[in-house]
Amino acid sequence: MNLVFDKSVPDRSGVTLPVSDVPAPAPMASTYRRSADAELPELSELDVIRHFTELSRRNYGLDTGFYPLGSCTMKYNPKINEAVARIEGFSNLHPFLPQLRHGGMLTQGALKILFDLERLLCEITGMRAFTLQPLAGAHGELTGMMLIAAYHRERGSRKTDVLIPDEAHGTNPSSAAIAGYQTRAVPTDPTTGRLDLAAVETMVGPQTAAIMLTNPNTLGIFNTEVDRIATLAHRHDALVYYDGANLNAVLGKFRPGDAGVDVMHVNLHKTFSSPHGCGGPGAGPVGVAPNLEPYLPISRVVKRTDGTYTLSYAFPKSIGYVAPFYGNFLVCLRAYAYILSLGREGLIEASEQAVLNANYCMHALRGAFELPFDKPCMHEFVLSAVRQARNGVHAIDIAKALIDEGFHPPTVYFPLIVKEALMIEPTETESKETLDRFVAAMLTIAQRAEQDPASFSNAPRTSPVCRPDEAKAARDMDFRV
Amino acid sequence: MSYIANTPGQQREMLAACGVDSVARLFDAIPPHLRPKSFDLPPGRSELEVAACLAEVAARNYLQLTCFVGGGYYDHFIPAAVDAITSRSEFYTAYTPYQPEVSQGTLQAVYEYQTQICRLTGMDVANASVYDGGMAVYEACQMALHATGRSRIVLDGGVSPVYRKMLDCYTANLSIKRHEVTVSHGQTDRQRLFDALDSDTAAVILQNPNFFGVIDDHADVVRHCHERGILVVQSVYPIALGLLKTPGEIGVDIATGEGQSLGIPLAFGGPYLGFMATTRALVRRLPGRLVGRTVDRKDRQAFVLTLQAREQHIRREKATSNICTNESLCAIRAHAYLCLLGKHGLKRVAQLCHAKAHYAKERFDAIPGVSVMKASPTFNEFTVRLPADAGDVAGALVDQGIAPGLPLGRFYAGMDDYLLVAVTEKRTKTEIGRFAEALEAALTDRHRCLT
Repeated sequence: MNLVFDKSVPDRSGVTLPVSDVPAPAPMASTYRRSADAELPELSELDVIRHFTELSRRNYGLDTGFYPLGSCTMKYNPKINEAVARIEGFSNLHPFLPQLRHGGMLTQGALKILFDLERLLCEITGMRAFTLQPLAGAHGELTGMMLIAAYHRERGSRKTDVLIPDEAHGTNPSSAAIAGYQTRAVPTDPTTGRLDLAAVETMVGPQTAAIMLTNPNTLGIFNTEVDRIATLAHRHDALVYYDGANLNAVLGKFRPGDAGVDVMHVNLHKTFSSPHGCGGPGAGPVGVAPNLEPYLPISRVVKRTDGTYTLSYAFPKSIGYVAPFYGNFLVCLRAYAYILSLGREGLIEASEQAVLNANYCMHALRGAFELPFDKPCMHEFVLSAVRQARNGVHAIDIAKALIDEGFHPPTVYFPLIVKEALMIEPTETESKETLDRFVAAMLTIAQRAEQDPASFSNAPRTSPVCRPDEAKAARDMDFRV
Repeated sequence: MSYIANTPGQQREMLAACGVDSVARLFDAIPPHLRPKSFDLPPGRSELEVAACLAEVAARNYLQLTCFVGGGYYDHFIPAAVDAITSRSEFYTAYTPYQPEVSQGTLQAVYEYQTQICRLTGMDVANASVYDGGMAVYEACQMALHATGRSRIVLDGGVSPVYRKMLDCYTANLSIKRHEVTVSHGQTDRQRLFDALDSDTAAVILQNPNFFGVIDDHADVVRHCHERGILVVQSVYPIALGLLKTPGEIGVDIATGEGQSLGIPLAFGGPYLGFMATTRALVRRLPGRLVGRTVDRKDRQAFVLTLQAREQHIRREKATSNICTNESLCAIRAHAYLCLLGKHGLKRVAQLCHAKAHYAKERFDAIPGVSVMKASPTFNEFTVRLPADAGDVAGALVDQGIAPGLPLGRFYAGMDDYLLVAVTEKRTKTEIGRFAEALEAALTDRHRCLT
């Protein structure tokens, strides 16, 4: 497919702008002007629409089909959420309006959404207070680490380390490092798939600022010792960070705030159904226990006694501004609509069905693939293609073969501690028929890996391209035309 | 409404296949003492009820205001085709393009977006986006600190106070020294800036047009810095680049900016788009995703995420940044917007903004007691000094249906009487005239009340 720049025709335009109704000013001095116009493409509106429509047909979205991408919670994105995000009363609101005198009164609707969503997230997670400012999950982690740093700084503690399980998302060690901490990897117990408690006990000490946990972890296994880990950490005044990436497994079943967690983030684009948008925007609100509330970012939305909402900056210990305004507002709005739609029972049902769908797939596939941790899973499970790899069919080959079967591949080669990992998260919104088709495709692939391993090398055949040369991409560094 | 397809009958079949008799058994791993102490949430609602509820809440936001508020976030025209494009579910419901075969649409769109940003800024290479213009400045600082091995950042006073506050927050726990230089007549104060540089300075951060709307030619600043091994970061306003000298033309090392004005709605603060572009020399220090062009097994053109060894999912604690989810869909919006406007359209929008702001300056300058700051040239935003507290005057104008700009007292000490006014191509001569008349009337009323 041609690049949009190849379709450009001089003097064509995709937009008609109004004729100026004001006198032309004296031209800007040449010292301030660019020497030549930016070489943007020149296209009609239809040219542009056709180009992007063609691009879109070379993409696989959740609305296209099953997307069992482990750790990403690719659940259905309800259309009502998109509709409310387009209401002009929300989409056209200037973020500086509250800065005008009495400006908070001009944005009462938006402030109510923020206030209510914070309260709902508190109840869902058991945390004391939330900030909606973090703009993605990793941004939430960084915010959480900065809250932890502010807490220790205030207490005059010299803390240097953050403990992170070896199965954790890569963002965990990266966020801790960017906040100024050394990271230390805690091993997973190979028999249970859970964090090795004995290792935590030897590693935690006065130098430990925090321990970061994901529960259920990236293997889809719930850590029953989470409260004991919190107690161990707190003994050394280390705080517990909970990565809420996997919250979709435990809505109404477990609340981090009840288990001694000090700070956590939730991914609104996972558990709360806002769409992933080719990799963003998302939102990663951060919740805290009472000990960290004074440090939350400003501004904060507060409710006055007369029932109106306002922005408050009167938090002297606050870490300040992690985002330009109040977070990715339209993402928060979608999540709010989702929580209103599902309500208490709907959220519980979502987790139950997510866990049922995952276990159903796991049971159907455990014979054909290695299951490194053979126990009931939560919302996702990790298979290993080591058996197939002996025939030369690796996890990546299975992923590519699935594309030919009409499915998006699962997450592969993560978590890092499982060889040839295939991480599968079906989510609650998929039907049994879809899961059955997926299972059938996986079983066929497993059989083919035994009988005709050579057939994988040309997969996928049905996609616009097949196994792009990544080494060449890194070598050529062709990032633009 | 829970969007669950499986019927109770199917659920029973599935449970049987798992060898358990109830869903509750699947949660046996969670012991009783770890069960929620509370889960007190409202009952679910129908789509009809949710839509009605949110329409009612939206109506509590007051929208009948003619917008002259800017401050880095502008009320620009968005062609309907932009929404049509990003409403395609193949874009908005897709995940990060880790599997290139099923993501060529995303990957090619981002590759084209990177090209558009390079052509707009005159830089060599752009990344696939960061969260917003403020994070882009922060990430640029990190790049400069690592590239130079130095530990000090010097900021021009014209850099957005929003970005500066974000930098304060992100650097609080790190050993980074910061120095800010106040502006002179709205422009970069060369003498003070040069005096502030030392051998430990990694980067100078500039903004053009700056927060006061003032434009500058920073070529001399770049030369001076480069002679001392100091990198220059310039935050730019992409619409203004339809006319203004590019960061690339003056040799800037890292260009950043807020992409909201490129077809992204104001949306009460987000989602927005941080863009970053740099030179070939610094490409390996760029944070976030990068799309590269290559070929597939059949020698067909193909696009992939590349240089991923910089990123957190490979490099973990040694990554250049912790960014994972970015603002891809906003980048696609910006790309679609730039395609629709094209070479001439973008320049035309910039000219309209400049002309209308110039007209507004003339109108305001004729109002007794109002002085428009004119010592330095501006693009589409400018500062006026009022004979009264700008917050009070703004309040009076809101009552007249005008959001007149941003009172600066909140951001700069001693600037309580200053108002920052932005004019986009959407504003008409009539609206500007009505603003000028309302401003004059408000000041006259106020004067009468006081005397």
